[in-house]
Amino acid sequence: MLKLLRIELFKIFKRPRTYIAFGAIAAVVILFQVGMKFDGKTYLDLVLNNVSDSFEVSDEFKSKLLNGYFICFAILNILLIQMPLLVALVAGDAIAGEANMGTLRLSLTKPVSRTQYMLVKFMASIIYTLLLLIWLAVLALFGSMLVFGTNSLVIFRSEVIEQMNSYDVMWRYFAAFGYAAVALTTVSALAFLLSVFAENAIGPIIATMSIVIVLTILSEFNIPIYDKTVKPYLFTTHMVAWKGFFYVQADSDNKTIDGTIQNLPAILRSMGVLVIYIVGFVGTAIWIFRRKDILT
Amino acid sequence: MSAVIQVKHLTKDFKELKAVSDLSFTVDAGQVYGFLGQNGAGKSTTIRMLLTLIKPTSGEIEIFGLNLHKHRNEILRQVGAIIERPDLYKYLTALENLRIFAAMSGVKVSEKKLMEQLEMVGLAARAHSKVKTYSQGMKQRLGIATALVHDPKLIILDEPTNGLDPQGIADIRNLILQLSREMNKTLLISSHLLSEMELIADSMIIIDKGIKVVEGKVNELFDPAETVVELKTTDDAVAYERLQQSGLQQFVSGKRNDCILLKLHRNDTPAVLKELVQMNINVISFHSRHSLEDYFLSLTGHPNAEAITN
Repeated sequence: MLKLLRIELFKIFKRPRTYIAFGAIAAVVILFQVGMKFDGKTYLDLVLNNVSDSFEVSDEFKSKLLNGYFICFAILNILLIQMPLLVALVAGDAIAGEANMGTLRLSLTKPVSRTQYMLVKFMASIIYTLLLLIWLAVLALFGSMLVFGTNSLVIFRSEVIEQMNSYDVMWRYFAAFGYAAVALTTVSALAFLLSVFAENAIGPIIATMSIVIVLTILSEFNIPIYDKTVKPYLFTTHMVAWKGFFYVQADSDNKTIDGTIQNLPAILRSMGVLVIYIVGFVGTAIWIFRRKDILT
Repeated sequence: MSAVIQVKHLTKDFKELKAVSDLSFTVDAGQVYGFLGQNGAGKSTTIRMLLTLIKPTSGEIEIFGLNLHKHRNEILRQVGAIIERPDLYKYLTALENLRIFAAMSGVKVSEKKLMEQLEMVGLAARAHSKVKTYSQGMKQRLGIATALVHDPKLIILDEPTNGLDPQGIADIRNLILQLSREMNKTLLISSHLLSEMELIADSMIIIDKGIKVVEGKVNELFDPAETVVELKTTDDAVAYERLQQSGLQQFVSGKRNDCILLKLHRNDTPAVLKELVQMNINVISFHSRHSLEDYFLSLTGHPNAEAITN
């Protein structure tokens, strides 16, 4: 199994298209960091405009806000919505790409069971996803810390300002990246499932992107009837639960309590839903693939 | 001689289409076994069933005396194959492709052995070139190298000479003969190039529309002295009419747009030629066609020889 996985990773990382996602992430992160370096205060004023009616924000407080942790949080807000599309590039290609190249039929004449073949392919997609996230962490978190320094992390919600001490932030990022890995694996599993039906990688990649976009829009609908009937069952609703690691419990004086999370059960519940989706998508993909006649 | 492949009552239906119907045949150890049929006859479907790419609707396949369904991996460890085109990873080099398929075959093959394989198919000098820079013939030879890399006992080649030039076809033919005679491999080769099969196959099966037409040893299946002649004259229509009314009528087997077909024994040829001259038929060419091809035609009953004898 390990040998097959090594082969799969070798094939993935020998393809130029694999590096598109790494390049795209680097471009977005660096451009954002450059913008914040030269015009961060204006950006901050825009963000604070939304909350200035409810809160008095001093200049000293403002100067502390623009640090590496804050920049990283802003980048994650932008990128974790777009990253599924990058993940689909590889997962959607997993089976359909082999079928398109004609290598699928040759591979399946080898003494490797179809279940094993599929599991190895999916594991390779997960590793690719993890590497993308590590790359994002290196650039967005550690890069921003290096350029902007560290301080307390302050994030703004509609009626709440969350402030976390700098020593209470790093573990939240690790947890958030871990959660994002599960969320992106869900997208990867969807693209992988669609890949089984296609003989060209473009189809599953576009189909995955379309499904994610449509479901994300549905998840964002502010129509009360959907809140309980539709949204809880969409995986896209649960993909953004990583933010929960930055929502902190407060004491009676409204001061945040270090090391706490406001609603851990909700995050775990969301993660559970995503895991069910992953198992469902991959299980279905294997079930179909085992029965499929290879005609390409 | 022990049977390497035993196919019993194999059937495959694709919804309404019966691709293979109640097909049975046996391939003995050390044989080069020809699998003949026109495009769409069911050759590739059968080969894909032998390699577990397609599930049979019914029937049984035994390879090396083991049930293919129950002992899939055990059997495939000893089988090397090319199915239709030798599609490989174009963005990788020949050596990388070979390394990947050797590893997938479950055997550890040294770099030296990999290079020897490339040497055998004449690609050692291009071992580090990406496959996308290869010609069709080179890809075909690399495909054969990937089929052989794990030293299989049984080699299944589906149309191995497809798209090759005459030199490429001759190279593959020689390689197949080398594998059979010097390395004692068993080979099952599908092809529509009947003349090629006659040169390399010990036994053969002909199928048409998924049904077995005939199976047997090549030298027993047809009389090499029997031949079909393509006769071209200055006016085929008139010549055909005159032949039908002459003593040569018994030899006339058909007519096509561009020639008249005569079926005759080699010993009859001088007399027929003499008669044609005496009848004042202006002969442009008198071309003896390949006997196995005509045998195939007579069995499958397809009148369009060009479709299967290219």
